[in-house]
Amino acid sequence: MPPDVEAIAEQVFVALADPTRRAILAALASGGPATATDLAGRLPITRQAIAKHLALLSEAGLVTAEAGERRRVRYRLRSAPMQVAQQFLAALARDWDGPLGALRDHLDRRAGGPGTTWQSGPGQTGPEQKGERRDEYSSDRHDAGVGGGARAPAGEGEGTDQGTGRAGGGAPADAVAGGGEGL
Amino acid sequence: MGFPDRIERTVELAHPQAAVWAALTTAEGLGSWFGTSGAEIDLRPGGLAWMRWNEEGFTANMRVERVEEPTVFGYTWEIYGLPADDPRRTYVEFTLEPAGAGTRLTVVESGFAQLPDDIYRKAFDGNTDGWAKELGELADYLDAA
Repeated sequence: MPPDVEAIAEQVFVALADPTRRAILAALASGGPATATDLAGRLPITRQAIAKHLALLSEAGLVTAEAGERRRVRYRLRSAPMQVAQQFLAALARDWDGPLGALRDHLDRRAGGPGTTWQSGPGQTGPEQKGERRDEYSSDRHDAGVGGGARAPAGEGEGTDQGTGRAGGGAPADAVAGGGEGL
Repeated sequence: MGFPDRIERTVELAHPQAAVWAALTTAEGLGSWFGTSGAEIDLRPGGLAWMRWNEEGFTANMRVERVEEPTVFGYTWEIYGLPADDPRRTYVEFTLEPAGAGTRLTVVESGFAQLPDDIYRKAFDGNTDGWAKELGELADYLDAA
């Protein structure tokens, strides 16, 4: 893996660390390409300061200069470096502890032992950490089973009342960057 | 690297490998502890799987990569925040080992720091497409109609 990934991400984070540059990037993201003068009209910053920041952002590859109307230079946000930075944020935001805690709870519930039935009770939220990673793993407990009702014990996951008939998963799964451990 | 490419966790579970395997590799299992609103899985390399979180309006689409019952289950999925057609995906691998009467489960997710050539180029070159290009294509399309 090229070491430059981190360099790219770092430039993004450095750019974002400054409130003026954040404002400029935000303005370009929301309103599209703009000249320094356009931005000066929208932001409480002098045109000179904006031009200075735009030069820095351009050098870092976060914006690109292009010819605008009346030969004025317009600046456009470049999304590629942002997407690189986003990967790193995805790693930092990844929460496996929540799901693994939920897995443990799930197994514990199912392995209650022969003859044990488990009631679905909304009350018994497990001790799992609520995943904060963008909620994807927010573990809304399925205490004793999604469908509710008694659940067979003897932990091997069969014959539950889990809902069926879901729509098929249309995954864009052809786009895979090489499976296996090679990543 | 200052940033992690790989995330690893190990947990000891007081349950036999078969039970853990079922929780990881069946729709019933995945839909119970992982997704909150159902799941499906075609358990074979190349098979598709998904899990859904209705509360968040989010569906994780996965592609099964390794199935070695009852020890290794691996899949790839999208990196959150990247466009759906982005080729970058992370690889998640669960390894199950017997540990006494229970199971030691290790999960490794890797690929966060990958940077395919095209992204690398895009990140450096002045090639900027995005909405300007899409809108241009829309305009072309409408013009042609």
